[in-house]
Amino acid sequence: MTTSVEAETSSTLLDHVEAINWNRLPDEKDGEVWNRLVNNFWLPEKVPVSNDVQSWATLTEEEKTLTMRVFTGLTLLDTIQGTVGAVALIPHSLTQHEEAVLTNIAFMESVHAKSYSQIFSTLCSTKEIDDAFRWSRENPHLQRKAQIVMDYYHGSDGQKKRVASTILESFLFYSGFYLPMHWSSRAKLTNTADIIRLIIRDEAVHGYYIGYKYQRALELETPERRQELKDYTFELLFELYDNEVAYTHDLYDGVGLAEDVKKFLHYNANKALMNLGYEAMFPADVTDVNPAILSALSPNADENHDFFSGSGSSYVIGKAVETEDEDWDF
Amino acid sequence: MLTSARLIYFSSVSNNTHRFVEKLRMPEEETARLPVHTGAETLQATEPYVLVLPTYGANGGRGSVPKQVIKFLNVESNRRLLRGVIGAGNTNFHESYCIAGDIVAAKCNVPHLYRFELMGTPEDVSKVHKGLEEFWKQQSSLSAV
Repeated sequence: MTTSVEAETSSTLLDHVEAINWNRLPDEKDGEVWNRLVNNFWLPEKVPVSNDVQSWATLTEEEKTLTMRVFTGLTLLDTIQGTVGAVALIPHSLTQHEEAVLTNIAFMESVHAKSYSQIFSTLCSTKEIDDAFRWSRENPHLQRKAQIVMDYYHGSDGQKKRVASTILESFLFYSGFYLPMHWSSRAKLTNTADIIRLIIRDEAVHGYYIGYKYQRALELETPERRQELKDYTFELLFELYDNEVAYTHDLYDGVGLAEDVKKFLHYNANKALMNLGYEAMFPADVTDVNPAILSALSPNADENHDFFSGSGSSYVIGKAVETEDEDWDF
Repeated sequence: MLTSARLIYFSSVSNNTHRFVEKLRMPEEETARLPVHTGAETLQATEPYVLVLPTYGANGGRGSVPKQVIKFLNVESNRRLLRGVIGAGNTNFHESYCIAGDIVAAKCNVPHLYRFELMGTPEDVSKVHKGLEEFWKQQSSLSAV
């Protein structure tokens, strides 16, 4: 546990550890997020990916290759986050409980990374798998994005690590997440999409939490330093955004989806900024995500579910919702 | 504590929903924040109001309504004066996106007026601003009949 000033000089490991007392929570968000993560725990083996074997066979060779490449790209990000990213944040923690939450995040990222291998082993041949992993080692855009993030993780500035980490959790994954949502919207690889949705849910909690800790630590900083960090955040986002656009064209031009993916990138870049406490940057006319993709992400995200913005005709008042006693006890 | 605010909201220490409400730039007496700590005394509404509440992405939506909101709505007069809800959340939570808003809307038989993510985009802010104005006009013409 260090302050942000001490964090500048901290090494890669904690120098001093005390027995953690969960009965004293200086920041209740630590306990809340710990519980959320534990309750959301899942393993890929529980999802029947083998039910996607027939659906996989309906994809063209180009679509199969694209899907495998996208998944090795996601595997790389999850591996970085699990073995370096979340771990690198530990020495900068504001509370001991934050350290514990980060170990949970690190483990879950390793589960995510492993789940892609589970999908591969169910759907693809060993040679195809090896080819896709070779592609991930050789693709310049993928390697560049990994390098940019890794450079910050190896630095000494805890706040900059938090920013890089939040941008990874809330933005960098989405050029990849787009594809399984696309297949799902066409009733293809739906079990695989279920795994990806579990990952997407976890990443939202991770981005929210790390972004929250960034904002808490920011409260301790001088106005000059806050400005420096804000400038840094936007510069890093732009640098990574340019690379994501190139990565997106490289992957998706062949199937004609690049423009659609870019809207999804803008939409998620805004959410990454909001997780860090900054205003959304991309305007509404470039964040209008394809409704089919949005609906694959969340079935009740479309405008027809809102009284204000929907046509009104489809709005049903008092729709029955499954509830639990603990939600409600009048 | 009594409040005549027309917009009552819950926001955890992350302050996302709080930021959204700030961006609406309503007069101070028109908004009221529910106590962050469950142990604190809750508010008592004296005028019809709209409730803004976040959903934090629980597994299967269980326990999604924040305890502080349950405590507030356990006051019968607070339920009676509720006219609509606005949900905050994250589409990453799939079917649980803004589900706390769905649960409250269904239980209290009021419309789920709008959903937004995190602290809301400028577009969300202007839609809610305009939407609430229209909504209160409709409400007052309804009560005049």
